Amino acid sequence: MAALNGPTPAVRAGTLLEAWVLPAFGIVTFLMLWAGCTAAGLAPARLLPGPGAAAAEFIDLTHTPYSGAVLQVHLLASLMKFSLGYGLAVLTGVPLGLMMGRYRIVEWAIAPLYESIRFIPPIAWVPFSILWLGTGFLAPTLVIFSGAFSPCVLNAYRGVHTADRAVLEAAQTLGAGRWATMTEVLLPAALPDIVAGLRVAAGFAWQSLIGAELIVGSTGLGYLIIQGESNLSSTVVVAGMITIGLTGAAIDFAMLRAERFVRRNWGQ
Amino acid sequence: MSEIRFEGVERRFHRPGGNFLALENICFEVAEREFVALVGPSGCGKTTLLRMAAGLDFPTGGRVLVGNREVRGPGPDRAVVFQQFALFPWKTIRQNIGFGLKCKGTPLTQRREIIEHYVTLMGLQGHGDAYPHQLSGGMQQRVAIARSYALEPDVLLMDEPFGALDAQTRVLMQEELVRLARDNPRTVLFITHSVDEAVYLADRVIVMTPRPGRISAIIDIGLVRRTERWIDCEHIEEVMAQKSFVHLRSRIWRLLRGLESSGETVGRAMETGVG
Ligand SMILES: Nc1ncnc2c1ncn2[C@@H]1O[C@H](COP(=O)(O)OP(=O)(O)OP(=O)(O)O)[C@@H](O)[C@H]1O
Ligand SMILES: [Mg+2]
Repeated sequence: MAALNGPTPAVRAGTLLEAWVLPAFGIVTFLMLWAGCTAAGLAPARLLPGPGAAAAEFIDLTHTPYSGAVLQVHLLASLMKFSLGYGLAVLTGVPLGLMMGRYRIVEWAIAPLYESIRFIPPIAWVPFSILWLGTGFLAPTLVIFSGAFSPCVLNAYRGVHTADRAVLEAAQTLGAGRWATMTEVLLPAALPDIVAGLRVAAGFAWQSLIGAELIVGSTGLGYLIIQGESNLSSTVVVAGMITIGLTGAAIDFAMLRAERFVRRNWGQ
Repeated sequence: MSEIRFEGVERRFHRPGGNFLALENICFEVAEREFVALVGPSGCGKTTLLRMAAGLDFPTGGRVLVGNREVRGPGPDRAVVFQQFALFPWKTIRQNIGFGLKCKGTPLTQRREIIEHYVTLMGLQGHGDAYPHQLSGGMQQRVAIARSYALEPDVLLMDEPFGALDAQTRVLMQEELVRLARDNPRTVLFITHSVDEAVYLADRVIVMTPRPGRISAIIDIGLVRRTERWIDCEHIEEVMAQKSFVHLRSRIWRLLRGLESSGETVGRAMETGVG
C-alpha cells in the first residue's frame, strides 16, 4: 500500500500512456476504419452497419422493446441464467476439486471420468439440456454450468497441489481435523488458484451462455441477436454483440479485481 | 508420559542416483521434562530427526516412540516450531496463535485471553491484527513460537526457533525459555546452530556428525548447571562468563571440529589432533 503512494514521475507518465492513451488510440483507430469501410461503400449497410447506425440502434433498443423486451431486460435475463449456472458450477466444482486434491481415493475415482468429460464443449450439451429441461430458462443454465464447471474443478485441484506443504503439516501438528484442514487451510491456501480459475470459468460461462441462447431460449442477448438476424436487422445484431462484449469485459474486470485482492492479502 | 525415544533409527531417502542414507543408528532418549539440544553441521539430519518425533516423517529402520507409543502421525500433544515458520499467510497474527486452541475447542473468551498473553509475552503488541507477510522475519518467528506455546503441549519440538532473531531479541527469548522451563518444565527437543544457546538452555547436548548423520557425543549440562547454580544468574551473560560454561562450550566446539570423537577416546583424539 505504501509503495503505491510515491511513484516517480517517469512511472506515472508510463502508466498514463499505457492505461489511457494507447487503448483510446486503438479504439478510435478501429472505429475510424469501421466507419471508413461503410462510408466508402466497401460493404452495403445491410451487411455491415456503420458505427453511427449501430449506436443509434443501441440507444433505440434501450427504450423500444424488441422481441418482447428492451435491451436491459434481455441483458438481465442473460445475467440471471449466468449467475445461476455459474453459481452452481462454483459451488460444486470447487469442493470437488479440493477433494480430488486432498484425497487420493477421490482423485483416482474421479480423474479419468473428469478428464474425458471436460473436453466436451458446452454447446454439445444443448440437445440434452433441451430434452431434460425444455426450451425455457433452465436449458441455457445447464450449458453455462458445463462451461464453468471444468475450470473450477481444475484450479481448485491445482491449488491444493501447489499449496505449501509446510503449512499443511503445521496445521496437522496443531491438531486440525479434516474439516478445519479443508476449510481453514486447504481452501485458503488454494484460493489464489481458485480465484484465477473462477475468472477463466466466468469467461467460459458467459461465452457458452450466448452460444446456448442462439439455439434455445426466448429471452437474453443471444436470442436478441438471432431475432435480429431473422428480421434482417444487422444493426440489432451489432448492438447485441457490443452489449455481450462489454458485459463480458465487465465481468472479467470484476474477477480480475477479486484475484488481485486475494493475491495482495495472501502476501503474493 | 511424554518422553521421546529413538531406538536404532535409520532414515534413507530415495534419490535419482540411488539411496541416500541420511541417518544411521540413532539411539537416544529425551526424558520426561528434559531439555535436549541437538547441534551439528548443516545437513546432518537434525530436522529429519525432529520431523520423525513430530510424526511428519517416518524411519526406514528402528522406532521412534513418544510416551512409550510408536509415533504414527502428528498431533497437538507435540507442538512444532518449524525452521521456516510455516505460518498461515491468510490468518492474522492472533488467528495464527489461536489456531491450535480453536482446533482443540477452547471457548472463545478463554482463547482470547491466552492469545493476548502470548502476544504480550512475545513482544508483538500492536501487530495482533497484521498478516504474517507484513512482519519482519524475526517477528514471524516469534509468532511461530507463540503458536506452539499457546497449546501448552507436553512435548515441544523446536527447529532453530531463534535463528531469525536479532542478538538482543534472541537473548530475551532464550531467557524467557529458561524461565518457562523452570516454572513449567516440558519435554523439549531443540535444534540449534549456536553452541552457546545449546549449553545455556539444555540439560543435555547431543552432537551429531554428517554423512551419514550419527550421534558423536552426548554431553550432560544439567549436572554442571545445578552444581554451579547457573539458575542464580539473572542474565545470560553472567552464565556465559562462568568457568564451567566456558569449559563446556569449548568441549562441544572441539567435538564439532572433530578433534574429539567421543567421551572415552578423548585422550587419543587429542594426541593425534594436536600432533
Ligand atoms: N525429503 C527428502 N528427500 C531427500 N533427501 C532429503 C529429504 N529431506 C532431507 N534430506 C536429506 O537429508 C539430510 C538431512 O537433512 P536435514 O534437513 O535433516 O538436515 P539438518 O541437519 O536439519 O540441516 P540444517 O542445519 O541445514 O537445517 C540432508 O542431506 C538432506 O539433503
Ligand atoms: Mg534443519
